[in-house]
This record gives sequence, C-alpha cells and structure tokens, in this order.
Amino acid sequence: MTPVIPPTTSHVFRDNSVKALANPQLQRALSNIRRDFVDSRGRALADLPEEEYAALKAEAKALKDHTLAHLDFYLERFAAKVAETGGEVHWCATAAEARETIIALCKRYNAKTIAKGKSMVGEEIDLNAYLEAAGLRPIETDLGEYIIQMKGDRPSHITAPAIHLTKEDVGDLFAEKHKRPRKSEIPALVGEAREMLRPRYHEADIGLTGANFLIAETGSSAIITNEGNGDLSQILPRAHIVLASIDKIVPTLEDALTISRILARTSSGQEFTVYTTFSTGVRRAGDVDGPAAFHVVLLDNGRSKLLGTKQEPILRCIRCAACLNHCPVYKSVGGHAYGWVYTGPMGAVITPALLGVERSGPLPNASTFCGRCEAICPMSIPLPSLMRHWRETEYERKGAPAAYRHGLGLWAFVAKRPRLYALATGLGARVLGCFGRGRGRLSALPLAGGWTGTRDFPAPEGATFRAQWRAAHGRG
Amino acid sequence: MSGTDGKAAILGNIRRALGRGELSGAARAECEARLKEHPSNLIPARSKLPKAEQVELFVKMAEAVKASVTRVARDEDVPGALVGYLKGQNLPSDVVMAPDASLDRYGWQSERMLSVRRGRPEDADQVGVTGALCGVAETGTLMMASGPDHPTTLNFMPETHVVVLRAEQVVGAYEEGFNILRARGATLPRTVNLVTGPSRTGDIEQKIELGAHGPRRLHIIVVGD
Repeated sequence: MTPVIPPTTSHVFRDNSVKALANPQLQRALSNIRRDFVDSRGRALADLPEEEYAALKAEAKALKDHTLAHLDFYLERFAAKVAETGGEVHWCATAAEARETIIALCKRYNAKTIAKGKSMVGEEIDLNAYLEAAGLRPIETDLGEYIIQMKGDRPSHITAPAIHLTKEDVGDLFAEKHKRPRKSEIPALVGEAREMLRPRYHEADIGLTGANFLIAETGSSAIITNEGNGDLSQILPRAHIVLASIDKIVPTLEDALTISRILARTSSGQEFTVYTTFSTGVRRAGDVDGPAAFHVVLLDNGRSKLLGTKQEPILRCIRCAACLNHCPVYKSVGGHAYGWVYTGPMGAVITPALLGVERSGPLPNASTFCGRCEAICPMSIPLPSLMRHWRETEYERKGAPAAYRHGLGLWAFVAKRPRLYALATGLGARVLGCFGRGRGRLSALPLAGGWTGTRDFPAPEGATFRAQWRAAHGRG
Repeated sequence: MSGTDGKAAILGNIRRALGRGELSGAARAECEARLKEHPSNLIPARSKLPKAEQVELFVKMAEAVKASVTRVARDEDVPGALVGYLKGQNLPSDVVMAPDASLDRYGWQSERMLSVRRGRPEDADQVGVTGALCGVAETGTLMMASGPDHPTTLNFMPETHVVVLRAEQVVGAYEEGFNILRARGATLPRTVNLVTGPSRTGDIEQKIELGAHGPRRLHIIVVGD
C-alpha cells in the first residue's frame, strides 16, 4: 500500500491566506486564540517576579546554547545511559530512516495497534500514513490530535492541533465517526472521547510518544502534557517508543526543570503543566506496570546542518507556541495557510530549514516584522532576523518574483545616480499628482495592483521630499 | 541506515558543522563535570520558606490548580478523611490502594464502610489511593516515583486519585525531590511523575475541561502540621 501524504502547500502561502481570510468558520475558530491564550499567559507571568522570569530566560538560552555547542557529546552520553537502563537508541539521519526503524520495531514486537501521544516530529515525518501503509493501526490519543486524525487534517497549531475547528465541527465529526447521538457541549464531547479512547490504550501493543526533553545525565525522556494521554500510552502497552529530534537534548534534570518552568507559563499560561513525566529505561524487577521495552528513535532530518549557521538559534525552540499566539499574521490566517506542520513565526523559520527554501519561499515573508514573536519568545530566538536571513537566501537563489527582482534592480540603478533619481521621482510625483487631483488618492495604478487591490494609494502632493528639503535648507 | 551508520552520520554532521572532531580536553572535562555535579539553576524565591509556610503554600497552589486538599492532625484521622471525601463526592467506598507499606500506619480497617484492595487498578476501579515521594510547594505539585510499592497506573487510570501526603514531605522545589531520588540509587525509577492538579484539556475551543484521560479529581490529604 502506498502511503497517502497530504501535499505541502507552503509555496502558495498567499493563495492559502486569501482562502483562510474568506472562511467565516475558520475566523470564528481563530477568535478563541485572541481571547484565551494571550490573557492567561499574562496572568501566569504576573505570579513570577519579572526579574526571576528574566533570569530563567537567560539561563534557559545559555544552557541550550551550551548543549548545541557540545551536541555530539551529550547525545552520546544520553545513548549510553539509555543502554544502561535497558533501552536502545536508534540514530536516524533522515525521516525515511526513522519511519523504517519504527515499522521494524512494530514487526519485532509483533504489534498491530500503536497508541500515540502527541508528537510534532511524528507529523513532520508523516508517520501515521506510513504506519497505515504498512498495515498498522496508529491511534492518536491527545484530544486535538485524535480530532484531526479523524478528520484527515494536518495540525494547524503546534500545541492546540485542532484550533481551526469549533465545538460544532467536533460535534458533527464525533456523531459521524462514533455513530452516537450528536453532542454540542464541550464537557460531553471530552467525555465521549475519553470513553472511546480508554479501551484503545489496553489494545495497543506499542505506545509511541514524543519528548520535550532527552536528559543526558539520566538517559530519561520527558513529556509535558495536560491530559495524561501520553502517560497512559506509555505505561499500558508492552513497549514504549520515544520519537524525538536531536535538539531535544539537555544535560541534566535541573536543566530540564528550568525550561519546564518557563514552558508552562509561556505556552498555556499555567504555573506548571499538569503532567511532567520522566521515563527512564524499562520496567524494573518487582514493578507491576510499565513497558518491558524502551526505544528512542533519535532524528536529525536536517537539524545538524543548521549548527554554526545564522539559523542555529531556531534549534533552541521549545515548541511553546507563544510566537503563534502573538502573531498578527497567524491569528488572521491560521496554521493551515503555512502549508505544512510547523506554523506561525517558528514555522516560517523552521520550514525552509527542513523542507528547503524552494518549497517554502513565501513563508519568511509571512510577517509584518512587528517583532512581537521575538519579544515573547522564552528562548530569546531572534525570529524576525531569522526570517530576514531566509529572505536573503531566497533572493540569492533568485527565488523572488521576477517583477520584484527587476523592479528592485531598476530602483537600485536609478538610486545610485542622484540626477536621474531627482528627475524620475520629480516626474513621478507630478504625474501621479495630476491623476489623483481632487481626490488625494488613487484606486488603481499600473504595476501596483497588490497595493491598490485592497486599498487606495495616496496621491503625491507638491514636490518630492528632496526638492522640498533643498528649498528649505539650501544644498546643505 | 539507522543504527551504527546513522550514529556515525549524525555525529559526523554535527562535528563538521561545529568545525571540530570529537570533543576533548578542557571542553570535555567541563561537560563531564556538568553531568556529574548537575548544578542547580535559579529556583524561584517564593518557596524558600520555613516548613510550616511551605505546607501552606503547597496547599494554596494545589487548590489553585483545582486539586482539593484536606488537612488532618493525626494518622488515625486519615481513614475518616478519605471516607468523608468519598461521601461528599458521591463516590463508592471501594478503593484500590498502592501496595505501599508506608500507607499501613493509617489503620484503614477502622472505617468499616471502606473496602480496600491493594495492587494496580483495573478500568472498573473508580478511586485510587497512593502516597507520594514529596509535595512541591512552588506549584502545589505531587512527585511520584514508580516501584513495586507504587504502580504508575494508579496515578492515571481511576477517575479519582487520592494522595496521602505527610506535611514533612513538603519541599520547596522540584530539584529537592530529584535529590531524594538520587540519594536512593544511581538510576531513576522507570517513571517519575510530577502531577499538578487533575487532568485537563483545552483542545476544543481553548476552554479548559477537567478529566481528559487521567483523573477528573485529585484529592490530597495532608497529615500533620
């Protein structure tokens, strides 16, 4: 069976956005971000003195930078510790290797059903499609992921995957798929999902989770969740597979705790997330539950080549989603417009790194450069500059539209010649001034449809700035 | 090419990008020392309090995340507090309890209505009772470690989780809890849970709903002062 992979549409971000803005259902769903995430984040931060939050942020950045500078050392230490506690690390350079490794492990344990905790890396490698094609049955257990798996959607948000749906959408979907009377209230929908999923944990042969941290000191993987699904997924089946990318490593438990403190506050506005779980190796002698096998599938998939480049800071990202929740572009168009699995400002930076800038050229332009993402980022990632670097890369490979390239080339030619510049701008101002006379604005302009399609262009009044300056100050 | 080849490829890529070979010399020694000494980072000041105030902070923070708390003075008050809580919530008085010898001291047989089974839970069990490694005052968090005396399934399967915590088990920060575990042995138990309130989800319209997959109710009985 061939896996059914949804196409990536990052290269047509503009078309996706136009559709998203015209979709009233989506706009209704997105209004929930404006109301809740941003307010609760502010409240949780208020409980921690500002100077302590600033100090935690600085420590978190420094520890992650230290880890990245010694990534090979800490990964090897982690793998050795996993082996000491009865587990096994599988080093996978590419998405294909990770998928093959997981499918081979399923065969080794004669597994059919896989209970899955939420994993963005799983989304990144289209794991479910490949598992299904191999005759396996992956079951998403995080409520948001359960909903989008049922609907066949990609996640539209990195922490709230079904944020593009309203409770009415979920009610319709559950009624159709669960074949039960339609429920319209959130408590009833959550209860129905709980009831449907509980038996699945027992049926599962393997539990697969992501990781928020891999801890070199102890060989532990850690997940941070609110629902408890990732815990049931890993303690009931007989084998636990962790799928994690190499940037998840931290040196010590203390380092994981420091990042956990800021992650909860900045992600969901909680003082601490409900469940922070550290999993180390296999069940021990005398334990009456827990998995008998433990595997960590460690994925690179293009991350190592960001080390030492201008894009390295994105490897500090802890997937808190604060940059999405505070981004005016994300909040207007939602996550699906970004065309793949990572969305918002962090998605605009990481998608070109993982998919290639040729498949995601418009994403680094999906920004107003207002700087809120950088201001809010708990890991001090300079997201606008990273987007600017991708724009430069895109421009260097001549990926910018021809009109933009030629227009900028022409402008550069003229701007470097002051007399020609004065002549051209003076002429332009007079001509446009004539067209716009009386109304003070222009509703259509040749070559400027991108501007005048949605708003008027102000008509120039009087002489150019340089001419006015000269008149007022002399040549000085 | 996962496995050995994958390892060589990934480590090779990292070292090439970092412009060096395998880590050596002073830089390696610094990393080794960091793992060995695991220095603490900043711990928020708010939990640095005398013990009695730490217990008060623990209770306040746990209640803020929708756990409920009963405080009792003496060991023999615990069974009554459990039965009273179950009655108040209209829950059955059959409970499954961790096979943890430190829970034996409470004399559960004093409550004739209470039926206690020791071991791991089944789906039909509505109420689980456990102890904890410690309570963390900073955020009202319970720290629990797996072992023969504490099946992890008890923390997640029953709809109601009751935890009996001794006041002297309250510490300021999570780091202190991990130091208790480090003192016990070279490797961590298979599962260490930091639990802060009952299970919840905001996945439908960002409205918080309790009891997504784990317990809907988390009740803490704090013994002593």
